[in-house]
Amino acid sequence: MKKEDIIKPENLVYRRTPVLTDNVMHYCPGCGHGTAHRIVAEVIEEMGIQEKTIGIAPVGCSVLAYNYFDVDMQEAAHGRAPALATAVKRLKPDFFVFSYQGDGDLAAIGTGETIHACNRGENITMIFINNGIYGMTGGQMAPTTLEAMKTSTSPYGRELSMMGNPLKITELLAQLPGTCYVTRQAVHTPALVRRCKRAIRQAFENQKENKGVSFVEIVSNCNSGWKMTPVAANKWLEENMLPYYPLGDIKVSK
Amino acid sequence: MKELKLMKGNEAIAEAAIRCGVDGYFGYPITPQSEILEHLMLEEPYKKTGMVVLQAESEIASINMVYAGAACGKKVMTTSSSPGISLMQEGLSYIAGAELPCLVVNVVRGGPGLGTIQPSQSDYFQTTKGGGHGDYRLITLAPASVQEMYDFVELGFDLAFKYRNPVMILSDGAIGQVMEKLEVEDYKPRWTDEYIKKSFPWATTGKNPGEDHAIITSLELDSSKQEQVNIRIQKKYKECEANEVRYEMIDCEDAEYIFVAYGTSARICQKAIQLGREKGIKIGLLRPISLWPFPNKILEEMAGKVKGMLSVEMSAGQMVEDILLATKHKTKVDHFGRLGGIIPTPQEVLNALETKIIGG
Repeated sequence: MKKEDIIKPENLVYRRTPVLTDNVMHYCPGCGHGTAHRIVAEVIEEMGIQEKTIGIAPVGCSVLAYNYFDVDMQEAAHGRAPALATAVKRLKPDFFVFSYQGDGDLAAIGTGETIHACNRGENITMIFINNGIYGMTGGQMAPTTLEAMKTSTSPYGRELSMMGNPLKITELLAQLPGTCYVTRQAVHTPALVRRCKRAIRQAFENQKENKGVSFVEIVSNCNSGWKMTPVAANKWLEENMLPYYPLGDIKVSK
Repeated sequence: MKELKLMKGNEAIAEAAIRCGVDGYFGYPITPQSEILEHLMLEEPYKKTGMVVLQAESEIASINMVYAGAACGKKVMTTSSSPGISLMQEGLSYIAGAELPCLVVNVVRGGPGLGTIQPSQSDYFQTTKGGGHGDYRLITLAPASVQEMYDFVELGFDLAFKYRNPVMILSDGAIGQVMEKLEVEDYKPRWTDEYIKKSFPWATTGKNPGEDHAIITSLELDSSKQEQVNIRIQKKYKECEANEVRYEMIDCEDAEYIFVAYGTSARICQKAIQLGREKGIKIGLLRPISLWPFPNKILEEMAGKVKGMLSVEMSAGQMVEDILLATKHKTKVDHFGRLGGIIPTPQEVLNALETKIIGG
């Protein structure tokens, strides 16, 4: 059989969504960011809203997300993405607006903006990548770092009495009347990727009905920061992250 | 059609915002400028012009909301007073770095720290020298009346969009709180989304099919490219310095001595000139309206004609450094100021001229 006989539309089993650009991603091999980007982009494609979407990139590993999503993008100062998303949605209410942040950005320096955007019930989608570490700056302790977990600023493990507790900000946000959909997902297995994509679709669909904040946490890995192979990092995620950050919907408003 | 009103300086800012077609105001209460947000909420411009008004959770959130609105090509603004403006410096640096247009008003109170809620002019350095990190400037307008508080809102947006740079109205607690007569103009419609999309191709207005997506960022990891960004921004500032210097001269024709003062201090100086002239001292006033770009040329010119200049500021002496640079030691220059929220009396100002410049 020749190559030309194989390359036919009916044989196509996978293609990259056009809502991702051609730029080569800078993410480490094995990192969950690439998958999370892809499924957000696929949802935008499937909903046909590429020209009506504005995304907000954070500071952290995904700071360059604006180079990968082929929609109009704004780069926020560290932690301020929910404030940016608020203004964009208020000024352009017929647009779909999403923010994409990591744990240091969303749950440490940007806690105020996160809580108040959720409490006001801004009609936006917030994507939150939780890998328990500051990846971009080289593996420091994050608000979500687990007890006893070693990082470059907790080299002997996170000592709760000295360094505080890992923050379950997603459960906290679910308490606020301004959030309509709060869920925790993961992307380290194909089944979980499919489930996560359905959640992200729901989180974007909710914007059509002015329901308030749709918040999707994605528990992810950081094999570089955790100093593990990608396979070992995914195993460690299942054995350590998921018991503390259990997957599933936390709040679904009717 | 023009209409006469009696308003506080702060209310004039809010009224001008509604009437000149501002798209969004994001702010946080702080004395002595809370009337701006209060007046906006009372007037409900979202019903009249569609203008968004939002009380944010902090000044940090406010300025970042302004960043995002400006990134959409919208006319957006925030206002605050000194401690709140300090909190906004990070955002202002990002706005300057991403080359976004916006208007920020600082109704200055005395510092440092919490300081006082009384009027001061001690934020001159912070405003005219940048304020946040990195090489950038704020185009700075200094109103000396309620009318100018009103007028500078539209002028500020014109300059902000012309240069894609943040503009600061540097007012003070006295101009913000005083009530004066002012002329207001009819409501102007806000820009349509079609107009914004056509006029500002850099803005995030939704990706056009077949075209590159818009990216608003101040990040460039490649130093050689980041240097080019800086060079482009500095070139813009040179154009500003060439085209946007604004000042007013009062009684300068026959003056032997000059007060240099802006805002409330300039108003005090006008009375001090009267008192001085009654005693036969020929004094004039040079009032910088744009504090950056600074009126260097006219100051140097005047320095060659007069016997001395007194910088009158409600600060420990900040603008006087720029006057010294501009006048190149061609005349005697000194500073007089009251601190901590005290407004000097005209007599005090005249006495300072007599002791520091005439007799000094």
